[in-house]
Amino acid sequence: MSEKVLMKGNEAIAEAAILAGCRHYFGYPITPQTEIAAYMAKKMPKIGGCFLQAESEVAAINMVYGVAGTGKRVMTSSSSPGISLKAEGLSYLAGSDLPSLVVNVQRGGPGLGGIQPSQSDYFQATKGGGHGDFKMIVLAPSSVQEMADLTIKGFDLAEKYRMTAMILADGTMGQMMEPVTLEAPSVNEYDKSWAVTGTKCDRKKNIINSLSLVPEELEKLNFARYERYKAIEENEVMYEEYMMEDAEICIAAFGIAARVAKNAINAARKEGIKAGLIRPITLWPFPNEVFKKAADKVESFISVELSMGQMIEDIRLASECKKPVYLCNRVGGMIPSPEMVLESIKAHYKGGTK
Amino acid sequence: MVVFDKPKSLADVPLHYCPGCTHGIIHRLVAETIDELGIEGKTIGVAPVGCSVLAYNYFTCDMVEAAHGRAPAVATGLKRSDPDNHIVFTYQGDGDLASIGMAETVHAAARNENITIIFVNNAIYGMTGGQMAPTSLPGQVTQTSPYGRDTNHCGFPVKVSEMLSQLDGAGYIERVAVNNVKNVRNAKKAIKKAFQNQIDKKGFSLIEVVSTCPTNWGMTPEKALEWVEEKMIPYYPLGVYKDRDADSKAE
Repeated sequence: MSEKVLMKGNEAIAEAAILAGCRHYFGYPITPQTEIAAYMAKKMPKIGGCFLQAESEVAAINMVYGVAGTGKRVMTSSSSPGISLKAEGLSYLAGSDLPSLVVNVQRGGPGLGGIQPSQSDYFQATKGGGHGDFKMIVLAPSSVQEMADLTIKGFDLAEKYRMTAMILADGTMGQMMEPVTLEAPSVNEYDKSWAVTGTKCDRKKNIINSLSLVPEELEKLNFARYERYKAIEENEVMYEEYMMEDAEICIAAFGIAARVAKNAINAARKEGIKAGLIRPITLWPFPNEVFKKAADKVESFISVELSMGQMIEDIRLASECKKPVYLCNRVGGMIPSPEMVLESIKAHYKGGTK
Repeated sequence: MVVFDKPKSLADVPLHYCPGCTHGIIHRLVAETIDELGIEGKTIGVAPVGCSVLAYNYFTCDMVEAAHGRAPAVATGLKRSDPDNHIVFTYQGDGDLASIGMAETVHAAARNENITIIFVNNAIYGMTGGQMAPTSLPGQVTQTSPYGRDTNHCGFPVKVSEMLSQLDGAGYIERVAVNNVKNVRNAKKAIKKAFQNQIDKKGFSLIEVVSTCPTNWGMTPEKALEWVEEKMIPYYPLGVYKDRDADSKAE
């Protein structure tokens, strides 16, 4: 299917996963991402796949752990409170070096929070998401097309680096409908000699395990894992720049916030303000270099977020605090309007660096 | 001629279990079963968190170490990955299965998940040094019930086999013990049947094995075996609690 079809973001994720060869999905109902489960429930039995509604988020992520151990593509999806429940499993997946795809269609928090869009799980997603030293590859789609494309990309990266890739979307991305082109990707083959599929009595047993009781050995495993992370930081950073060539004030935003920011930037340009956007697509690895370079050109940054200011910390680190970084935010399920972002630009714009 | 050998499915390494602990016997029964059914090459075992956390070192088949209590969910994934070619068992203690992992246990049974669970009930948390378990007997002294398990304060033990047998999904539930030769032989029969059921796609099987913990019970191995007979078995009666196959034949 290569013609454009109109789809919800959640459905685009589900269809893209199937196109990417995922035949196992485990999940638990939670708004605003349940369309993914519903789509899988309908499709999987017809293509020889397995959709199973788990008794809990905890069970779902551990079912993922089981299939991942056998080397097959597998995923789960949830929304913020459910991702907290999956944190245990995410840590075990990392400790056992298993590939998996996890989708978080974020809603407002903390606690039970609300069911409207949010980006307040940024810290949770990018700084680990469970106990112990580990990372997930965090992909932030900003359109329904990207919901699909990054799902396909996420499966590949997860297998390439034997770790969890997380799609960090929000309720808007999940619920909005847009035209999307879906095509089955060519699937890269990675070594799966570590998988548990039965020894067939012709090889030594494999063990999927995150336990390591000898501190020297556990230390080695951690260092080795972070060597792999270093390669990801070098090779897998993705971002979009919008009107940054001559920008004097830089907006940083991802997901739905980036779409709002583009509107504000267009309006600002009409008023003679040279605003531009850096939109991180990978939130981890974070596009440090582009922010570092921008810090030499622009007079300030504005981080537009649906949180109390989480990505803003990474912008400060990446730009080495060379320029002020301001926050423009709404939370609790609210989304900043283009007018609000424009106001913020005007309030902080000092008239250019020259 | 009867030759007494180590089963092929049991690795030739020393087990870390305490003197008198019955984990060794139960490991052996599982390994003998895998050998006799000729399924070593397609079996994937799931180790728990608890005393048998290192079980992945002792079986020669592919093994997975699960998070505490999550073995039935992990086993579900392993099984569903390739239902025709994977034989999947979990090996879990009472804290793992009946406390922190109760939800995973109940729902795997309710789904009639075609897996085999070996549930070792010795009425105590062994690895962490002898705390009260969900199966600790009323009045039992442990590190966290130092005055004896007070049922007014912390309730009653969970009878897992009785409880799971109420679920339509559960296929075969039997409680056995390994405190004497006769019981060990019965335990072997039950474990073998639980694996055979899976091969025959008969669904969820769980064998509860009443076991010992001389170290944390504060007893000699001999005394621990007596305690099983005198205290454990009266509270946890042995026998078949559910056998859907036999029940349907009887009807």
